[in-house]
Amino acid sequence: MTVHRSRAAALAAVLTAAALSLSACGSAGSTGSSGDAKAGAKDAKEATSAADFGGMDALVAAAKKEGKLHVITLPRDWANYGKLLDGFKAKYGIEIEEENPDGSSQDEINAITSRKGQDRAPDVVDLGSAFALQAAKDGLLAPYKVTAFDKIAESMKDPAGLRVNDYGGYISIGCDAKKIAACPKTFADLLKPEYKGKVALNGNPTKSGSAFGGVYAAALANGGSLDNIQPGIDFFAKLKQSGNFNPVESTPATIEKGETPISIDWSYLNAGYTDQFKPKGIDWQVAIPVDGSYAQYYNQAVNKWAPHPAAARLWQEYLFSAEGQNLYMGGYATPALFDAMKKDNTLDAAAAAKLPVVEKPFTTFPSQDQITAAKKVVTENWTKAIAG
Amino acid sequence: MTTAPTPVPTPAATDPSGGPGPSGTAHPHRTAPSGHRAAGRRRIPVSGSWLAVLPLLAFFLIAFGLPAVAIVSGAFTTSSGGDVPAGRFTTDNVRDSVQGAYWTALLSSVKLSALTALLGTVLGLPIAQAVVTSRFTALREAVLTASGVLANFGGLPLAFAFVATLGNAGEITKLFHLTDHGWSLYSFTGLTIVYLYFLVPLMVLTITPALDGLRTQWREAAANNRATALQYWRHVALPILLPSLLGGYVLLFGSAFAAYATAAAMVGATVPLISRSIADALSGNVLVGQGNLALALSLDMILVAVLVMAVYLPLQRRSARWLS
Repeated sequence: MTVHRSRAAALAAVLTAAALSLSACGSAGSTGSSGDAKAGAKDAKEATSAADFGGMDALVAAAKKEGKLHVITLPRDWANYGKLLDGFKAKYGIEIEEENPDGSSQDEINAITSRKGQDRAPDVVDLGSAFALQAAKDGLLAPYKVTAFDKIAESMKDPAGLRVNDYGGYISIGCDAKKIAACPKTFADLLKPEYKGKVALNGNPTKSGSAFGGVYAAALANGGSLDNIQPGIDFFAKLKQSGNFNPVESTPATIEKGETPISIDWSYLNAGYTDQFKPKGIDWQVAIPVDGSYAQYYNQAVNKWAPHPAAARLWQEYLFSAEGQNLYMGGYATPALFDAMKKDNTLDAAAAAKLPVVEKPFTTFPSQDQITAAKKVVTENWTKAIAG
Repeated sequence: MTTAPTPVPTPAATDPSGGPGPSGTAHPHRTAPSGHRAAGRRRIPVSGSWLAVLPLLAFFLIAFGLPAVAIVSGAFTTSSGGDVPAGRFTTDNVRDSVQGAYWTALLSSVKLSALTALLGTVLGLPIAQAVVTSRFTALREAVLTASGVLANFGGLPLAFAFVATLGNAGEITKLFHLTDHGWSLYSFTGLTIVYLYFLVPLMVLTITPALDGLRTQWREAAANNRATALQYWRHVALPILLPSLLGGYVLLFGSAFAAYATAAAMVGATVPLISRSIADALSGNVLVGQGNLALALSLDMILVAVLVMAVYLPLQRRSARWLS
């Protein structure tokens, strides 16, 4: 008995000592490294503009103190994100962690909700419109107004700054001019027998935003409207029946291999491929179809529980600065501040001149209800149209 | 894909393994009760020995039980991101999952799996038999090793290998102008051929031990009674092999049913598949708030796997008496 008791006492003593030393380590570490950063971070979390920090310089200082930015699903070959990331790093000396570059909007939302309060949660997200609206409604995003907020059109932003359109593009037809004698310019062209087995989409419209845009554009070209996407599905069914539809989901790799010589995709992707493939001997030409003109913008937002709140806000300022917006355009995307910058004379004219020609501007964006209805139709009818 | 939202993709991710999983575990399960009963009649069961099985049970509960509960509860509640608040009871997900495009995808998946598993069984058996009866041990070793490798050669590498040789810009396609002859890899036929590439080796691996169990004496006895080779196979070998063949078929079915990456990389939406529909609903840029519909689709997959097992078990029991 006594032996047992003394052993138990010894064990208890050891455990207590261990617990004490562990907690001591913990508290020493936290006070040492992030004690003063915490005070700044708390303010940063609630800041809704650079002024809340006390001006841009204070914001930069706060972000530099955090030293890190965690981004998610930003492919380096998408809308010039590679240069944007490098530019931000070089300008502010803030380290950027990139995660899951080929992920989807849903992956971004999942990362926000499942990693609340964790240090590896994404600071900022780049969302498709439907997801941005939903995330704003679900309270996942922090309101933040960048310096240029007032210059962005009302239809392109949330009034509180929960989400703001950052860049966008038109549905376009890319074409390998070395393999195709006469490149198609319109949706009507795509039905010509000479394009047998050649016309591809970037994915399945129930999953890929650009493929969904492609179906919407095809609907507009074939008597449909923003309320009626079915003619677009019928168009692809016709394409399938004529043998022209190519089921391979186009990527830079499939284009390079010659698997998808004609690809319907966002203009900034197709136009970007032109540069990318020129050294490899592929003459990739881009046309924005006049009969089916459809454009869409992506949204920029800050995670409400961003682990690096100041860096996240500085990233917003960078993306909506003239430098950031011009970099988007360097990736052939149309920046949200295009018109404002034209007026202010800060637009990179050379980059603007290289954007694919838009003959028929698309200005009326579908409402949330119209998109929801269109998705339902696509989910129900796409497989039927394309299977077999 | 690397991002794991709380319970949502985890069950879906474990779900494919749920397909072939039960087929592997079901065999011992099936025989265990009858064995236990026989032992019980003879002597008193040793108390406490069941403790040894606890780790297995715990593993089973955590690895299969928890995801199954998450799938069922998710399938019957509303998703976050919909019009209704998340977490309410609903049967909409399950109803939607057996309608329209999702039903087409489920049927197409079952059709593809049943066909490829049948072809795999029919092609795998003669190959295995040829290898087993071969006089060259080196050949046997080589074939079995290759089968082991090829049976695991699925997913993206396999898809790309086929795309590079037989895709619409593939080397062989271009060499023989196969497209002009109506060939397309991105079709039901193409997918069937690609699936056979890993299903046949899997069958060879599965059936070889059973073929080894066929004794030469049985064949000699049949020959002595003037049975032809055909009669020997019809009346002796096949009935004995039937349980193993059925088991192999179920394994192949599960393997094909759960396959995802190969199809995703190859056919797009031309061959609708349930595994791809789940991926579209779970992580996409278009559909919002479909997470629990994906769980309902996973539930459908599990039910199909259970149904296949339910057909397999009585048949297996009937023919199991041939083996002792």
